[in-house]
Amino acid sequence: MAKSKISVTQEFLKGLWNENPILRMVLGTCPTLAVTTSAINGVTMGLAVIFTLVMSSMMISLLRKLIPNEVRIATFIIIIATFVTVADRVLAAFYPEMSKALGPFVPLIVVNCIVFARQEAFASKNPVGRSVIDALGMSVGFTLVLLIMGSFRELIGNGTIFSHQIMPLSFQPWMAIALQPGAFLTLGFIIGFTNWLNTKRK
Amino acid sequence: MDLILIFISAAVINNYVLVSFLGICPFIGVSKKLGSAVSMGMATTFVMTITAAVTWLLNKYILVGLHLEFLQIVSFILVIASLVQLVEMFIKKVSRPLYDALGIFLPLITTNCAILGLALFLVMKQYNFVESIVFGFASGAGFTLALVIMAGIREELELADVPEPFKGAPITLIVAGCLALAFMGFSGLI
Repeated sequence: MAKSKISVTQEFLKGLWNENPILRMVLGTCPTLAVTTSAINGVTMGLAVIFTLVMSSMMISLLRKLIPNEVRIATFIIIIATFVTVADRVLAAFYPEMSKALGPFVPLIVVNCIVFARQEAFASKNPVGRSVIDALGMSVGFTLVLLIMGSFRELIGNGTIFSHQIMPLSFQPWMAIALQPGAFLTLGFIIGFTNWLNTKRK
Repeated sequence: MDLILIFISAAVINNYVLVSFLGICPFIGVSKKLGSAVSMGMATTFVMTITAAVTWLLNKYILVGLHLEFLQIVSFILVIASLVQLVEMFIKKVSRPLYDALGIFLPLITTNCAILGLALFLVMKQYNFVESIVFGFASGAGFTLALVIMAGIREELELADVPEPFKGAPITLIVAGCLALAFMGFSGLI
């Protein structure tokens, strides 16, 4: 493993831009599209993913020498599902309205490709510290995109960000952006824009 | 009559891909060729129908019966994973041509969030057994419909002059946005 070549900071930062799960690898698009109707929904979902990904990366990294290779996928799924259940129950108990707004998408973190991909590609091969940093970087990168998309769609579709009025009251909200078509369009344009930025930088 | 309503609402009005945002990964990944889109749609519909029946029984008689509702997520994902494996083995034994047609798509279905989403929706909607099966089949049909439409558009899109940064996923998402806009028209149907 040539992993020791890159520093801990770079390990964290790669999740934010170079290997950003949504923008660069187009993973985990379902929750990205579904929950970003408002900024607060996006951030809550992001926090749930941060919790799940960091905890399961830590657990799997600790157990990586004990898990037989043949049953690793089933083991990963059970570990991930356990932490997802914890996040889901906590949300339902303390923030019932938020839990309703996110619908089935918190339980669906189980099959979120981002979480699974990090276990398979990173946590099962690297020591605990690095795995946690990697998980943090990836999930924070994910949350940032959710925050940007949620803020944008809330701003255009409702004139607010985090329920604070930003646009002048005369602004006519563009409902379609807050509804389903807007989700696809916004993400399409954001990914296109980052591709364009990347080709520019080279 | 109720069953027809459930079918229309699950297949078109609440289309899994374009309205509920489930199963976007295969929607973007497998919609390049019409042929593979049809295979993927068939495989998904098949697994969805069976999943609806099995998870309904599991939820009603084991989880709710024993007050173990908190195990829903874990048990559903395990059941789906083993179900997909069983279906794959069964098809391989019974119908070799069908197995070859579905190919790699069957195992991929395990990580399709539409399947787990279906199981979770069923718990929320509290359908009876027959309604659940119709709902599962209709969801699969809606998924296939979206996938096939998208594949048709993308085959044409190959010839279009798309700006370089927008090639691949971005333009697919933008086209999907237009499709979703069109599907919103169905919401007045019921």
